[in-house]
Amino acid sequence: MEDKRRLLMDRSQPGRRGTTLPLCDVPESALPNARHLRDNLPMPEVSEPEIVRYFTHLSQLNYGVDTGFYPLGSCTMKYNPKLHEDAASLPGFANIHPLLEGDLSQGALQLMHELQQALAEIAGLHRCSLPPVAGAHGEYAGMHVIRAAQIARGQGHRKTVIIPDSAHGTNPATAAMCGFQVASVPADGDGNMDLGKLREALAGGDVVALMITLPSTLGLFDRNIVEICRIVHAAGGYVYGDGANLNALLGRVKMGQLGFDVVHMNLHKTFTTPHGGGGPGSGAISVSRELASFCATPVVTFRNGRYQLETPDKSFGRISTFHGNFGNLVRAYCYVRMLGAAGLREVSGNAVLHANYIQAKLKKTFGLAYQRHCMHEVVFSPTHFKKHGVRSLDVAKRLIDYGYHPPTMYFPLVVEEALMVEPTETETKETLDSFIEAMEKIADEVRTSPQVLHDAPHNSPVGRLDEARAARQPDLRWRKAV
Amino acid sequence: MIPYLPTTESDRQAMLGAIGVKSVDDLFADIPKEFRDPALNLPAPLSELELKRELQRKAAKNANGDEWAYFLGAGSYRHFIPSVVWNLVKRSEFLTAYTPYQPEISQGVLQASYEFQSLCCQLLNMEVANLGMYDGATAFAEAALMACRLTKRSAVRALSTVSPRYIEVLRTYAVPQGISVEIVEAETARGGPEVACLMVQSPNFHGQIEEMERLAKATHGEGSLFVVSTDPIAMGLLRPPGDYGADIAVAEGQSLGVPMSFGGPYVGIFTCKSAHLRQMPGRIVGKTVDGKGTTGYVLTLQTREQHIRRERATSNICTSETLIAIANAVYMAALGKWGMRRVAELCYHKAHYAASQIAQIPGYAVASGGVFFKEFVVRCPVSPSEINKSLRARKIVGGLDISSGRAPNSMLVCVTEVNTKGEIDSLVEGLREAAHGR
Repeated sequence: MEDKRRLLMDRSQPGRRGTTLPLCDVPESALPNARHLRDNLPMPEVSEPEIVRYFTHLSQLNYGVDTGFYPLGSCTMKYNPKLHEDAASLPGFANIHPLLEGDLSQGALQLMHELQQALAEIAGLHRCSLPPVAGAHGEYAGMHVIRAAQIARGQGHRKTVIIPDSAHGTNPATAAMCGFQVASVPADGDGNMDLGKLREALAGGDVVALMITLPSTLGLFDRNIVEICRIVHAAGGYVYGDGANLNALLGRVKMGQLGFDVVHMNLHKTFTTPHGGGGPGSGAISVSRELASFCATPVVTFRNGRYQLETPDKSFGRISTFHGNFGNLVRAYCYVRMLGAAGLREVSGNAVLHANYIQAKLKKTFGLAYQRHCMHEVVFSPTHFKKHGVRSLDVAKRLIDYGYHPPTMYFPLVVEEALMVEPTETETKETLDSFIEAMEKIADEVRTSPQVLHDAPHNSPVGRLDEARAARQPDLRWRKAV
Repeated sequence: MIPYLPTTESDRQAMLGAIGVKSVDDLFADIPKEFRDPALNLPAPLSELELKRELQRKAAKNANGDEWAYFLGAGSYRHFIPSVVWNLVKRSEFLTAYTPYQPEISQGVLQASYEFQSLCCQLLNMEVANLGMYDGATAFAEAALMACRLTKRSAVRALSTVSPRYIEVLRTYAVPQGISVEIVEAETARGGPEVACLMVQSPNFHGQIEEMERLAKATHGEGSLFVVSTDPIAMGLLRPPGDYGADIAVAEGQSLGVPMSFGGPYVGIFTCKSAHLRQMPGRIVGKTVDGKGTTGYVLTLQTREQHIRRERATSNICTSETLIAIANAVYMAALGKWGMRRVAELCYHKAHYAASQIAQIPGYAVASGGVFFKEFVVRCPVSPSEINKSLRARKIVGGLDISSGRAPNSMLVCVTEVNTKGEIDSLVEGLREAAHGR
């Protein structure tokens, strides 16, 4: 049988071509000296139809939001509108150079300016900066802004960033990249930040900032958030808001009004730019009036009837080659313009409603980490399955057999056997009900036939893969068979 | 009703009943009352039809490369993109998937990513590649951090001919970690006992090919690492970094089948020697087997990464630019051995034709010395910005104004396979006219 997954280099046959190119219509020049020229070019030789069949086949081995329900917690796998793809592909957006002079790019700059204003308004902050190209890159930009501001006010000696122990790993990694050390603070019994521990961490006067996700990675809105911001400010620190979970808050609360100084927004989550199998993302940040002049270069300004790129007065510098992932900015712009304020508020309402519905239906069977209403995602903790020898990993893999993408597993790290479900607002109640039914069936199987779970998934293109072997004997690229 | 929000009022009531609350607003009770439901001042919503018109209005105000002849490069390039690339990459199963945390249902993205890593290694003649960084500049900056980790040194040197934007991003990444950045001239550049790496771009910002063999030797002789940033299109013709012993080689992937998109999304190609693998940042895909011995692919070597190692990770990067990396892979497959060479030759010949024509216009000179690939610097009789304004009448986007005190009236001109002889001849005419102050 034909191996449809044969690699490109193994398919290569001398003489095959996958494209055409024009003849050279100018006189040819002498090539550079041989010491500059390569002696062989070991690239594949495959025909266009082979390429199409191969990558089409690969795509069929993959599961996306367009394939089915994708309740992957903390990732906001909502529907990605088709209009957005058409918009980003318009030649006037896709085929324009980032260094075009302002006169030749007013439409693009205007779109960016309008998006800056909309995002700053949604965040309840003064200015938005679009250059960060991913969530972690937004964190990085935001912490650079805070670093620059602390130095400007003579507090450059401060080195500690406080981060909840439930935080996404990018938070501590970002703090470290900015040259800071991390102090970890736990949650209290209700899932709110432990205020006593926070005060202790602040006591030394060394704190640059608190990085905190709202709602938290536990899917909960911290009831003390205003007090938290107040005491961090009183200790001379800034509050950095990780906006990864902003989908829960759209139009419901403005993070800037709660006391946040900087917030990043994952346009690939909340504003539904497609995830692309792991990027490209987009991580715009919004900042307070005090911090506006420290933002990355460039920002788009509007003066004398003209849009232009400018470097803020005290900018910390540049963080990517050009102005950010413009293609994703176009998509996010479409989303904001199509939904408007009421639509965005309905998004957060339905996202939170759906998560609480799943929580209400499954909490008895799967167990909760915290007994309270969740926001846009619910964290189950089925530790009681362990007595049947079943782990959350097994439940997740079994869900694949039922046709669903599994929830996030073992995150947050602080919840034992965590299974984090984020249904999003774009699913129908029928889909949620089917998922709930599948989860209940799996819970039955935990008791009656745990081996079925251990062996899952049963019908996927491959079974559970040997990840230890992948790491021990790294095979990271094609090599000629010997 | 918004088409992406299917929940009807009766659905809502049924769900609220199951939850045991009266209204959706009750679910937001944890938000302090005085901050709940603020006014949100946004433009009124548009229908799809109205929004399309609005987008077309905005798009029409930009000089797109379908309608305008471009001679602008400097890090983003108008290259030909075969239709096969985005027809495949935009398939929903790639486009709407998340990072492949569940490999059993992510083999498509994972294998396509492995293809990307493989073809990057083939093209640059390097031993290993990751799944990509954000763009060329961040790949360049991360390479410096990696070199510092590998050598346990905290000084890097970069040639003065590296893109100024890359240097700016390098400084952003280096400074908070206490890493010094020294700018050096190619003629005297070398490593040093305290120097983690020498960083070279070739073809450099001015389009010229550096003396890589000599620079590599001068770097390695001092125990420093040699870090190279290159143009993947040039790799169809020029010696790849692996040939002269680069330790880390990076490149902007935009040229490989990715539209300019006003600056992004792009992907940073990131490759190194196998010996340096454990200090590499970013996602990496590896080949393995399942319980039945069937070949499959997984994200691997994750103990380097932030979600496991947190503040001790090699980088905070979490997303690669997977979709763009897949576009690179399809492009490299479509162009292949013949096409990669052909595109490089077309760029080279057309750029050299343009340079030779421009050099003949009274008042203009092409900066001499060395060999260039697809970009070159032109000394103009008047300000390049003024020239570019006058070129607009011909629907030409001229080169980048890189005038400085040391090099006034300098324009960085880029010519690719997309530029026809007609476009080049029109540019030459336009430059001639501009010199006469028309």
